[in-house]
Amino acid sequence: MSDLAIIGFARADAPTASPADFIALLKPRVMSLVCFTGAVGMWLAPGTLHPVLAFTALLCIAVGAGASGAINMWYDRDIDAGMARTRNRPLPAGRMDPGSALGFGVSLAAGSVVVMGLAVNLLAAALLAFTIGFYVFVYTMWLKRRTPQNIVIGGAAGALPPVVGWAAMSGEVTVAPLVLFAIIFIWTPPHFWALALWRAGDYAKVGVPMLPVVAGAAETRKQILIYSVILALVALAPVAVGLSGALYGFGAALLGGFFIRGALTLWREKSDHAARRLFAFSILYLFLIFALLVADRLAEPWVLRLAAACGF
Amino acid sequence: MPLHEQHRRQRAKNVALALGLGALVILFFAITIAKMSGGS
Repeated sequence: MSDLAIIGFARADAPTASPADFIALLKPRVMSLVCFTGAVGMWLAPGTLHPVLAFTALLCIAVGAGASGAINMWYDRDIDAGMARTRNRPLPAGRMDPGSALGFGVSLAAGSVVVMGLAVNLLAAALLAFTIGFYVFVYTMWLKRRTPQNIVIGGAAGALPPVVGWAAMSGEVTVAPLVLFAIIFIWTPPHFWALALWRAGDYAKVGVPMLPVVAGAAETRKQILIYSVILALVALAPVAVGLSGALYGFGAALLGGFFIRGALTLWREKSDHAARRLFAFSILYLFLIFALLVADRLAEPWVLRLAAACGF
Repeated sequence: MPLHEQHRRQRAKNVALALGLGALVILFFAITIAKMSGGS
């Protein structure tokens, strides 16, 4: 290392990442879904929070999720280089040195947890730290390269944001946020396996034991179908625990039916096209389920009035 | 990568960092006010 590098001048041959590269490390698309489910968790929870603190809580959830993504990209830079979908990420493309990505991710992870603890509450901070730690250590470092159950167990990290949001707003965790957790947890495997079906070649090349690589496409399609049926049932749980009413129940049943139909089509057609369609629908499905939870709560007064008018 | 491109990116990174730190200052100020106003 030259003296110039030590005192902070960039060497001409060292990569200098642009701000856009640092944004890409945060996996903005994953972050947006995490923000949304986290915000719905906060919104449904009992209790009140100063708007500034509510904003801070959501910001911490978003930044914590982004930090997890950055650390994941730091750890997985070797396999990302070998896959078409991830080859152009900042690290495998050589636009950033690995240390910068790790430092960025760890700083944001620590910062988001500390701010959550100081500004909101300790339970939310602890849950946020657990979520980040689970994604980084359990999913990324331990399971991803070892077992086809990687995304099944790892999915817990992606399912926790509404629980963190609930804890931020109410200071406690009851059965209702765990129902939200369960929906995302069961949703994750069919969502990722649909993607893995047409990306199986990529995963096989870099040695990630995704289900289609290890057990074959037929078994994967069967598992997707099984999980779709479970998901359609679990998605009705908010009604069972009294979190939501009839509007949500009807909507979730309809959406669950569409999900199962997509999985059945995939099972029969055995095509990449059907897998892509199910993958795209799964994202829309999760978005609509959480939007329905909000819509149901907003419509509650009118539904009750309508029921009363009909003599119930 | 040419040196002027290197400088341009370093500058963009510095500006982004400055904006980020500025936003953090405003956020911490707002949190302090919110906490002192007795909310939550």
